[in-house]
Amino acid sequence: MASVRLKTFVPGPAMAPPLVSSGVIGWMRINLFNSSLNSVLTVVALFFLYKALPPMISWAFLDAAWLAPSPEHEGACWAFIINKFRVLMVGLYPGELVWRPMAVAAIVVILSVLTVARKLSTRLLIILWYTLPVVLFFIINGGILGLPKVEQSLWGGLMLSMGLAVVGILLSIPFGILLALGRRSRLAVVRTLCTGIIECIRGVPLITILFMASVMLPIFLPQGVNINNLLRVQIGIILFSSAYMAEVVRGGLQAIPVGQFEAAGSLGLNAFQTMVFVVLPQALRHVVPSLIGRCVALFKDTSLVIIVGLLDFLGMVKASSQDPQWLGYDAEAYVFCAFVYWIICFSMSRYGRSIERRNQW
Amino acid sequence: MKKAASFLTKDNFKNMALQMAVLGVIFYGCHGLLTNTQANLEARNIASGFGFLSLESGMPISNSLLPYTPADTYGYAFFMGIINTVFVSVIGIILSTVLGVTIGVARVSSNWLVSKLAEIYVEVLRNIPLLLTLFFTYTIVLAALPVPRKSLTPLAGIFLNNRGIYLPRPVFEPGMIAVMIALLVGIIGAMVILGMAKRIHDNTGRVIPGASLGLVVVVGLPLAVFFMAGAPVTMEHAVLKGFNFRGGLVIRPEFSALMMGIILYTAAFIGENVRSGIQSVDPGQINASKALGLSQGLIMRRIVLPQALRVIIPATTNDYASLVKNSSLAVAIGYPDMVSVGGTIIGQNDQAIEIIAMWMGVYMTINLLISFVMNWLNSRVQLIGR
Repeated sequence: MASVRLKTFVPGPAMAPPLVSSGVIGWMRINLFNSSLNSVLTVVALFFLYKALPPMISWAFLDAAWLAPSPEHEGACWAFIINKFRVLMVGLYPGELVWRPMAVAAIVVILSVLTVARKLSTRLLIILWYTLPVVLFFIINGGILGLPKVEQSLWGGLMLSMGLAVVGILLSIPFGILLALGRRSRLAVVRTLCTGIIECIRGVPLITILFMASVMLPIFLPQGVNINNLLRVQIGIILFSSAYMAEVVRGGLQAIPVGQFEAAGSLGLNAFQTMVFVVLPQALRHVVPSLIGRCVALFKDTSLVIIVGLLDFLGMVKASSQDPQWLGYDAEAYVFCAFVYWIICFSMSRYGRSIERRNQW
Repeated sequence: MKKAASFLTKDNFKNMALQMAVLGVIFYGCHGLLTNTQANLEARNIASGFGFLSLESGMPISNSLLPYTPADTYGYAFFMGIINTVFVSVIGIILSTVLGVTIGVARVSSNWLVSKLAEIYVEVLRNIPLLLTLFFTYTIVLAALPVPRKSLTPLAGIFLNNRGIYLPRPVFEPGMIAVMIALLVGIIGAMVILGMAKRIHDNTGRVIPGASLGLVVVVGLPLAVFFMAGAPVTMEHAVLKGFNFRGGLVIRPEFSALMMGIILYTAAFIGENVRSGIQSVDPGQINASKALGLSQGLIMRRIVLPQALRVIIPATTNDYASLVKNSSLAVAIGYPDMVSVGGTIIGQNDQAIEIIAMWMGVYMTINLLISFVMNWLNSRVQLIGR
């Protein structure tokens, strides 16, 4: 009689406890070494950092000469920047009048802080921002209230970059709105004209527009009428920026449902009132983040004016690095320039993103 | 009949009148501009028209892709500029796409360190003007390289110095024609194989490795012919003569710096497009395909990419167009692109209107071509509703 061999239950070996997933080790396991590929990548990245970071830190900080150039410091010579600081900021603006650009900078900073902190009503902010360029112009240019006049050929540095960008942004927004409305017009002639202008400008690089403003504008004007190079370049920048602003605004206009137009019409508003009181406020609110994106792009683009002979911030940086008394400090000059541009652009884009996240203005 | 009756309504009449008025203003403005321009041009003794294009230019171009001497005409010089612009744009688009996709994928990586590094890269490069990046790369590239006599030679036959990168130039012998024909046959063969593989897969469900087979044909056939013809290619090496190198293929520092700057800058933007594209895909889709047992590669190829591309392509089209326009910054570091050459011509004979019109024409054409190709791509990946 065959014996029935019953299978007995034998428990397998106990499983290992789960890997630590908290604390530093656990965090590293999850975020740095969670697969073989990631482990390799982490090691490669760490090696890269090990090779790149220490020389950079010792160049920029540890071995740097801060107050005066000295041969025993092998790192950066920030004394160069300190020595050239005024030229980099305001160009050839007369030294004894530097308080004027400083006052202007203070006004711009205060207004920006007020805007970001949203302490004032939107309407007041708009009025303040649009009176700003006029005030700035008269403070910098002088010639009234007993302020001595400063020639525009002496303007330069970061002051010029900021000025070109601020005026360019402020004036290109209304022009952009007009172009965007024109592009959506019922009138075929207006529509074609606006579409043509927008697409022509967007199709070519800013440099060609600047060349055109700088070289061709004098040819187009009646004889005897002369406008200086700075104003010509500013006109070119406004023209260029308007086309891009128009496309941003058009995106906002397209997002407004037809019902809004119909509702406004049934309330007895005419086309103009519908646009100004109903459609535009909503459309612009939609596109504030993209408008800020365009502002960042325009601020970066103002660096191109160096090609038509204006010495803006980047132009001054380049010119200072070629000063025969301070040769060989290109790296310091460009790093400082990049740092300043980065701070301004990065904070603007962060601000734009925070508005986008709040999804309201 | 109804149409004719409704044609002259009050509204239509108002519209027509308005448009007529706008047209009138435009014509009046154009007329004023034209008379001003003519008067100014006469006063400055500037000829108008495109006649200058057939005059001898007398200007040197340091980086021309085709044979060029200062004895050639302005028209030919400008054409060299166009070729350089197109060349920079094409290489820039290809390489910045490669780098940009890498950056974008790194940004969504589950590896914290890699994604942080990619984020730093994007945030730094995007918030600094391209012109500054170009000055930076140009200065660094020039400053870091030695004089020709002390050239670096990372590989035999390759020389690195501040006059450029010298590579051996391949010189083709007649047998190369056969190799070219073989390559053409290989490409056609690969396309046939891919088509057949897809048909078999559609009809029977059997999976044929069409891509690998096609690759074998494309690479293998020309390679076989190449060796059968006895490797009909010789290398012409650069040789140091006096203070400089002669012969070989040379990549000038202006070109390297321009390419580096443009690629680094554009890749940051493309990287952001790729990131937002990948993040726009619902994670539920990836979980679902994992549950169905698809492999990691298949999930990427069949689930994530087709949906991500719908977000990536339109944004990237704009970045390609900006890249072409940004290539005009070449003028700032002395690479003779179209704007740089045109600027020199304006400086020599003041014919600004004609040159600017030519610039606009060429940029518009290139941008139209890009949007045409990208729109075609975009229509391929769009969701097709039934």
